[in-house]
Amino acid sequence: MASASYLRLKQASVLPGFGVTLGYTLLYLGLLVLLPLGALVVKASGIGITGIAATATDPRVAAALETSFSISLLAAGVASLFGLLIAWVLTRYDFPGRKLLDAIVDLPFALPTAVAGIALAALYAPNGWVGSLLEPLGLKVAYTPLGIFVALVFIGLPFTVRTVQPLITEIENELEEASSTLGATRWRTLWSVLLPPLLPGVLTGFALAFARAVGEYGSVIFIAGNLPYVSEIAPLLIVIKLSEYDYTGATVIATIMLAISFSVLLLINLIQAWSRKRFGYV
Amino acid sequence: MHGNSLEVAGAKTSSRLRSVLPAVGLMVLGGVGLLPLTGPASAQSQLLNVSYDPTRELYREINQAFADDWKAKTGETVSIRTSHGGSGAQARTVIDGIDADVVTLGIPSDIDAIVKATKKIPTDWRSKLPNNSLPYTSTVVFLVRKGNPKAIKDWDDLVKPGVQVITPNPKTSAGGRWNFLAAWGYSHTKDGSADKAKEFVTALYKNVPVLDTGARGSTVTFAQRGLGDVLPAWENEAFLVLDEFGRDKFEIVVPTLSILAEPPVALVEGNVDGKGTRKVAEAFLGFLYTDKAQAIFAKHHYRPIKSEAAKPEDLAALPNLKLFTIESLQGNWDDIQKNNFDSGGLFDQISKR
Amino acid sequence: MSDLSAALALPVSSQQSVVTEKKPIRWLAISIALVFLLLFLVLPLVVVFVEAFRRGLEGFLAAFQEADALAAIRLTMTVAAIAVPLNVVFGLMASWAIAKFEFKGKSLLITLIDLPFSVSPVVSGLIYLLLFGAQGLFGPWLMAHGIKIAFALPGIVLATIFVTFPFVARQLIPLMQEQGTAEEEAALTLGASGWRTFLKVTLPNIKWGLLYGVLLCNARAMGEFGAVSVVSGHIRGLTNTIPLHVEILYNEYNFVAAFAVSSLLAGLALVTLALKSFLEWRHGADLASGTHR
Repeated sequence: MASASYLRLKQASVLPGFGVTLGYTLLYLGLLVLLPLGALVVKASGIGITGIAATATDPRVAAALETSFSISLLAAGVASLFGLLIAWVLTRYDFPGRKLLDAIVDLPFALPTAVAGIALAALYAPNGWVGSLLEPLGLKVAYTPLGIFVALVFIGLPFTVRTVQPLITEIENELEEASSTLGATRWRTLWSVLLPPLLPGVLTGFALAFARAVGEYGSVIFIAGNLPYVSEIAPLLIVIKLSEYDYTGATVIATIMLAISFSVLLLINLIQAWSRKRFGYV
Repeated sequence: MHGNSLEVAGAKTSSRLRSVLPAVGLMVLGGVGLLPLTGPASAQSQLLNVSYDPTRELYREINQAFADDWKAKTGETVSIRTSHGGSGAQARTVIDGIDADVVTLGIPSDIDAIVKATKKIPTDWRSKLPNNSLPYTSTVVFLVRKGNPKAIKDWDDLVKPGVQVITPNPKTSAGGRWNFLAAWGYSHTKDGSADKAKEFVTALYKNVPVLDTGARGSTVTFAQRGLGDVLPAWENEAFLVLDEFGRDKFEIVVPTLSILAEPPVALVEGNVDGKGTRKVAEAFLGFLYTDKAQAIFAKHHYRPIKSEAAKPEDLAALPNLKLFTIESLQGNWDDIQKNNFDSGGLFDQISKR
Repeated sequence: MSDLSAALALPVSSQQSVVTEKKPIRWLAISIALVFLLLFLVLPLVVVFVEAFRRGLEGFLAAFQEADALAAIRLTMTVAAIAVPLNVVFGLMASWAIAKFEFKGKSLLITLIDLPFSVSPVVSGLIYLLLFGAQGLFGPWLMAHGIKIAFALPGIVLATIFVTFPFVARQLIPLMQEQGTAEEEAALTLGASGWRTFLKVTLPNIKWGLLYGVLLCNARAMGEFGAVSVVSGHIRGLTNTIPLHVEILYNEYNFVAAFAVSSLLAGLALVTLALKSFLEWRHGADLASGTHR
């Protein structure tokens, strides 16, 4: 297998199988991911920049993108904030049922989104367990943008918990002790000694939760009102455009969302590169 | 920058790749190539009926009746599969290539859409079957909560401030389109002007808190989730709610005027020959016009075209009300679809903030 | 770590430790976390089972006596049985190439493998329609040759492969990177073949991580809704997977059956979580640190 032709490509290694495995990887990736995504981009670009811009600025499309983005940002923020707290509680404190909670944090990864959707709708509807408690307070969750928010928090919750947990474990106690010895209050220690190294984890978790939330469909459609300009999310609008035989519209929205996904992934890589440089680990 | 590095890697790998391609190709074939083989075998005499949202219960019974009938006549076993969803969305799956033998959709313009996009259905599909290819008709009535707390009697009550109306998205649902056209036609008949009618539907859709993608989604929102004061619905759907949820929870209000809803059927000619199902598919569509099928339509609260075939008590259950056709007000279906529901049409205009 | 926190939680020490918060604050933080997890995670799970058994065991079982439900279960298992092994093969290939060798463009390759994670499920379905739908790129050719991909099993499998694409690879890459190449090199030096080296040296090292990746991949494959919904065509008894069948039942006012079938998927999720926790507890060291990168 080893030959001069690819010694330039990779460092010399006695291990076999580079050509086969990389070839298979590129082929599988190309056929199943890049070719279909490429078809999407080609189809969308068929209408030209002006066409894309016209679709993207169509009031209903713009409203759906705005709804998806703003609620996803908010939900990812809340999920990250509570995720940080939950990660801290699960790692640093001991209490009965801690292990069980730790396991259940991953539920949104394992529970199918459609199931999550009907369960959340049943819970937060005006006649549901939680919804009936909130209704007297004038708080409507299901079939409002708040419902989308609840579904997206559910979807995004595990990300920050899981990105921050290993970082909390790695913090050395000496740092805290030193900080305390030097006269810092516990809050000060938390804020200036413990939080900074956790920040890359929080940011990565936030970005992952955001990327997932923007594209989420199954859990949201059951609980959102799906009302244009109010509670219609971008993925639903893709489905609606398809039902209207508006393939171009659907592919343009899809391409915009794809561009966003890719940017978020690049952002995550940048955060990790930055944190490797700053803290020496991810 | 990243892009370049992969291209470079790709270019350098390519010579190497050539030698491993046969091996890789085999592997891919071993995996992906197997897929068509493991796909569901197409048994003979299997029909696919692509239908709209509220006909789930109806076709369950019709399919069985037809299968029995076909077995008795020919000795062959036929199994009929159905797919349900918003009528527009269903038409789209046919356009995208689902191999439907027959389509039974909620509104003529959805079949027209298939005609235009694929030519799998001939332009003159309406004349291929009796009664403009309409084996039954229906209309739009109101479903309200028991006791009618908001005192809803007619369309005018739906535009009053503080009344919440639940109706599906006209862009994706045939029921949603009939509701929209019924409201428009009511106002147009009463006030005699298209401008007034536009104002009327604008006010009505201001009262809509949820737009589901299909009629069934709206019914679930209204009946199960307890949202809204009134559900303008397919007549058959309103009766179904009474049957499913109980007459002690909801009641039907019949407006003074409503629309004649026309859900058509058609043979997907472009599919049946390739599948060899033309004969049985045509028989299925013909069966819809038999007394047996007509009685089933009435039983499920659709309006049969041969009322003599239906049970008298089923017919008696259907309310008497004045019906108008939308063609009499807005002309042909191409224009109806274009002016109201296509991009930039009336519905888009009134739903702008 | 856990014995440290256990020690800290002991009420015996009168002296306030410098490496934890005051007790009231600890309990406040625990309470907030508990309420939040209860409200957002536990209750939805509970509601699925409560609604599923609303009409007792009989009502629950009735949901599984329907031919369409059984067909949906069969289809979902078939799809997972094809998609998961294909992604396992890919995951092994990709992680071998990426973890054991140095080459240019590696980080971009990893990003591309990650891409399906953040692509909307709806888009994942749409792209296959654009390729294989009747109006799509290969649609007319496929039609002419009588090959069905969209609205049939192959389309559903492709969409499922796409959404579960990174799971196994992402699990194995950091693990294999951490383990380096020394063991394999030693085996090769001793005269073992490459294939034998992989089977006897590499595979035992990564088996728990592999199992872990397969678990997550399988859970997602069986539960995918959005992507499959776009390519399925919703033909009862033929192209409806379990999640799509749930939607259908939900839309037919058959809420008990919808939740009963859902409980099957929720049960699968719980089993997945239990196995996952077991693997983490028993073989934590063999799973590498980065579970989710």
